[in-house]
Amino acid sequence: MSYKLQFAELLPYWNVLLYGLLFTIVLTVVSTAAGIAVGTAGAAARTFGPVWLGRIVAVYVELIRNTPFIVQLFFIFFGLPALGLKLSETTAAFLAMVINLGAYSTEIIRAGIEAVPKGHIEAGLSLAMSKWEVLRHIVLNQAFRKIYPALSSQIIIVMLGSAVVSQISAEDLTYAANFVASRNFRNFEVYLLVALGYLLLALLTRSLLRALGRVIFKAR
Amino acid sequence: MPFKKLLLAAALATAAVTTQAHADALDSIMKSKVIKIAVPQDFAPFGSAGLDLKPQGYDIDMAHLIGKELGVKTEIIPVTSANRIPYLQTNKADLVISSLGKNEEREKVIDFSIAYAPFFSGVFGTKAIAVASAADLKGKTIGATRGAIEEQALTALAPDATVKRFEDNNATIAAFVSGQVDLIATGNTVAAAIAEKVPARAPALKFVIKDSPCYVGLNKNEPALLAKINEVITKAKASGEIGKLSEKWLKAPLPPGF
Repeated sequence: MSYKLQFAELLPYWNVLLYGLLFTIVLTVVSTAAGIAVGTAGAAARTFGPVWLGRIVAVYVELIRNTPFIVQLFFIFFGLPALGLKLSETTAAFLAMVINLGAYSTEIIRAGIEAVPKGHIEAGLSLAMSKWEVLRHIVLNQAFRKIYPALSSQIIIVMLGSAVVSQISAEDLTYAANFVASRNFRNFEVYLLVALGYLLLALLTRSLLRALGRVIFKAR
Repeated sequence: MPFKKLLLAAALATAAVTTQAHADALDSIMKSKVIKIAVPQDFAPFGSAGLDLKPQGYDIDMAHLIGKELGVKTEIIPVTSANRIPYLQTNKADLVISSLGKNEEREKVIDFSIAYAPFFSGVFGTKAIAVASAADLKGKTIGATRGAIEEQALTALAPDATVKRFEDNNATIAAFVSGQVDLIATGNTVAAAIAEKVPARAPALKFVIKDSPCYVGLNKNEPALLAKINEVITKAKASGEIGKLSEKWLKAPLPPGF
């Protein structure tokens, strides 16, 4: 163990690393919002929608949950141009993240919906609430409260998994780390710093989501 | 650096002994009617095993060309990058035609002919894109493999260009082939491989980043052989035979000024 840590060698690259960090944050925030929207729609379709729509959603969920994220990403970025759909690496990264989180959150949210007692729905309908009102005020409200911790974990998993988008040259935090390592060969320092960066991001995301949860689901 | 001097002296002494043993390499080749040429076996398209397991490639064709010009039989000796110079030094081969680049260390121990094959990295792209120099890259997007010489050079050469860096050669190639980038910074052999497999997106050379052509290697103090090899190469360049080799194996004409 005679390795001498030289973090000073990372200083000239602070802007590269900062850009990567911001990219990862924006990527996570936007794809989380869109992914949960997809998941909510998917879960509602599977539980309340027509049978054919539920089947389509089921195929989507199984396809995404049973294939590696990097393969989905490569398919979108390197594969789809063959069909004439050429997406930039940033768009491809966002799309892959949304599709991925959408599938996982469909199942998480569906679990929450299934856990809402039938009697609550019947009670709502018998009070002349429309189907839409029942879904919004009775079903989803309770469902999200129940699955909020599981969904939070999934968001953090997706945020950490976003490191993979560096492989299609999307300039996230891992891309920045790889870039710096290819320039100054200070692999130990770079990856240690970036690992700490992800750790902080994950902890921060968790406490933010917790605080958000307290606001949304105020104890009655 | 006494150690370096010592090495040099040893190399010179070896060369002197070799010269004494072989009065003249060209003479003995002509007498035995055989020329032994070391070629690569693991470096397509310069030299690799074909479907019949025989070596094939640019270097093998070049070896046969030299044999033919000398009017002797060509004996092909497959070697690896690591042992190609030792084969020459121990007289197991008369010539090394093995995508050999020139550098100071090698020049101390062996001699080099004039260049017989282009070997360079550069920016390649589809025909439709007009780029002739690094300055034209402003606002353009180029795919490159992170950490490769051409990627680092490009970052310095064209700061206004967008360089998309990929993890390995395969991803860079995939980005070019799928049309995600229309320009690619890579070696001419990689460009040749793309041109062969995906003719629709054959990459054409836009400009050279780093040139390191291949030379025929031979033992020191063989002026007759060296002169003869240079004569053969010059003649083959003029007659277009080397151009044909380039078209055949590198899928591109010789770069201008080669």
